[in-house]
Amino acid sequence: MIKDFFYLAFKNLKSRGIRSWLTLLGIFIGVTAVVSLISLGNGLQMAVASQFGISENELITVQAGGLSGFGPPGSIVVDPLTREDANAIERLSSVKNTVLRNIEDGIVEYNNYVNFRYVGTIPENKEDIKLINAQLDAEPLLGRLLKESDLGKVVLGYNFYNKKEEWGDKVIEPGKAILVNNEKFEVIGIVEKKGSIIMDNVVLMLESDADDLFGFGDEADVIIVEPKNKEEIAKTKEDIEKLLRQRRDVDEGEENFEVSTPEAALASVNSILDGVQIFIVIIASISIFIGAIGIINTMITSVMERKKEIGITKSVGARNEHVFLQFFIESSLLGLIGGAVGILFGTLIGFAGIYGINLWLGTELGLNIDFILIFGSLFGSFLIGGIAGIVPAMQAAKQNPVEALRG
Amino acid sequence: MNYKTPANIIIWGTIFLKAVNGVSLKIREGEFVAIMGPSGSGKSTMMNLIGSLDVPTKGKIFLDGEDISTLDESDLAQIRGQKIGFIFQSFNLINNLTAKENVMIPMIFQGYDIDERGFRADELIKLVELTPWAAHSPGELSGGQQQRVAIARALANSPEVVLADEPTGNLDTKTGETVMDFLNGLNKKGKTIVMVTHDPDLAKEYADIVYWLRDGKIEKVTKKTVKRRIK
Repeated sequence: MIKDFFYLAFKNLKSRGIRSWLTLLGIFIGVTAVVSLISLGNGLQMAVASQFGISENELITVQAGGLSGFGPPGSIVVDPLTREDANAIERLSSVKNTVLRNIEDGIVEYNNYVNFRYVGTIPENKEDIKLINAQLDAEPLLGRLLKESDLGKVVLGYNFYNKKEEWGDKVIEPGKAILVNNEKFEVIGIVEKKGSIIMDNVVLMLESDADDLFGFGDEADVIIVEPKNKEEIAKTKEDIEKLLRQRRDVDEGEENFEVSTPEAALASVNSILDGVQIFIVIIASISIFIGAIGIINTMITSVMERKKEIGITKSVGARNEHVFLQFFIESSLLGLIGGAVGILFGTLIGFAGIYGINLWLGTELGLNIDFILIFGSLFGSFLIGGIAGIVPAMQAAKQNPVEALRG
Repeated sequence: MNYKTPANIIIWGTIFLKAVNGVSLKIREGEFVAIMGPSGSGKSTMMNLIGSLDVPTKGKIFLDGEDISTLDESDLAQIRGQKIGFIFQSFNLINNLTAKENVMIPMIFQGYDIDERGFRADELIKLVELTPWAAHSPGELSGGQQQRVAIARALANSPEVVLADEPTGNLDTKTGETVMDFLNGLNKKGKTIVMVTHDPDLAKEYADIVYWLRDGKIEKVTKKTVKRRIK
């Protein structure tokens, strides 16, 4: 019998006017907001994480704080990190290895076209190179990555290869030569697309080469630390912090450096996104609440308008609970339809958003279609519609058949 | 359902209603009864009471030996669904359903499955000669056709009593005659027909017994002595 009520409800909904459908806007907007946010939210998380170079590796990054201007990470600081700092960190019992890294703005010239690009250093021993490649999560798309003996050679980010329009429509690929700060370097590899502005536009060269160009001396923008025990990464982080506080003579809470683990970095990204999500969920909840009121309103109107129909069904044997069920199911279906349209639009917005992010950042993120979210939203909308329909359905059920037949 | 139970409707005692007051009548199985009277005479109230759409504030109504005046809304609905078929002046079909679906509606509430409903609705639609119109909505049918759909619907659960409230009131003479012929045919097949009308010719022509109401009371009762005209 329930199936029949669904059928009757469906037939009724089909014949409803635009006014009834407009009342679904609340549910529709609410569900659209939630679905688009979540399908986009995870995409945003990935996008933001990749922009910050946060990867799944278990390495600790140490950066000097007290920035005095804008530039690549750690490049413009008042009190930079030094090789001495790195050595001291490496002497900690919980640390296995450290690598110094510098990132600078360089002037890159190719095919008589000049562009500013990041220049990142690669250490000059096998072990350290392995560590850095893990930290960068770099894989070659063309050619190969740098080895310790590759003086005078560079590996380039994906955009050098991909955006030939920036170099006079001439593709840069392994075997070609480029000028960095007027020094000639041979390109030996292109790193696959990373979706990060820095990594996709970076020129990677050995430390000595970079030192010749920029004169870092013993200073380092970033110290990459490999902990001895990856399970105790948090403890290693604390050890480093303690050591650097001593070396830099600062009190706890007043650090002019930052020691970050991928987990912590990801957590801070997530906490920002969580804030945004909570805000949108609140807006969506208000919208859904208004939608529920809309459904109550349209159902009460419907009971008034269909008084005669109620009388007819009662006269042919419908009991109060049958009439209740018919209106209750109809109301639930209204909610469900609002939710379904919301899911459709939400997914479309998510899709457009992801497409936009990919286009803007050059990432290759996919839409996060969460079936639990979809079914949850559908069920939730159905439930909200049902709850909103209880009072109108009770009103319908209680109609006196004689009076109802008069219309 | 027990189709063999004799359908005896007795309104007995005093019913203190504005519309109907002090009415006592007995309707036997297979009778064609007409309730006649001018507007405001209480015909429709009588109809509602007989059809268990309403209960009297005082007095008793027996249907098949059961006092239905004390039943609750749910039991009354059950009785309406099983034992009574309604035909209204304004057809009262549900507009967003097809003719066949309208006929199927009463069967839903009696728990018939979809196949049974479909089969029975097809038969009833055929009986009222509307098979080609089965999939049409009421809006696409003429008044006479709509009333025939209503007759088919009234017969959906094989009720013992068919209550017709001014069944030809919204129809032209010729169409009205067709509808009356259907009702007459049903009566010939053993159905008890109770018809409310203000048309004395109709009442005289078709009904075995005519109860004349005025101001909520039975003014007179006339019984047919000659054989009814059967078309």
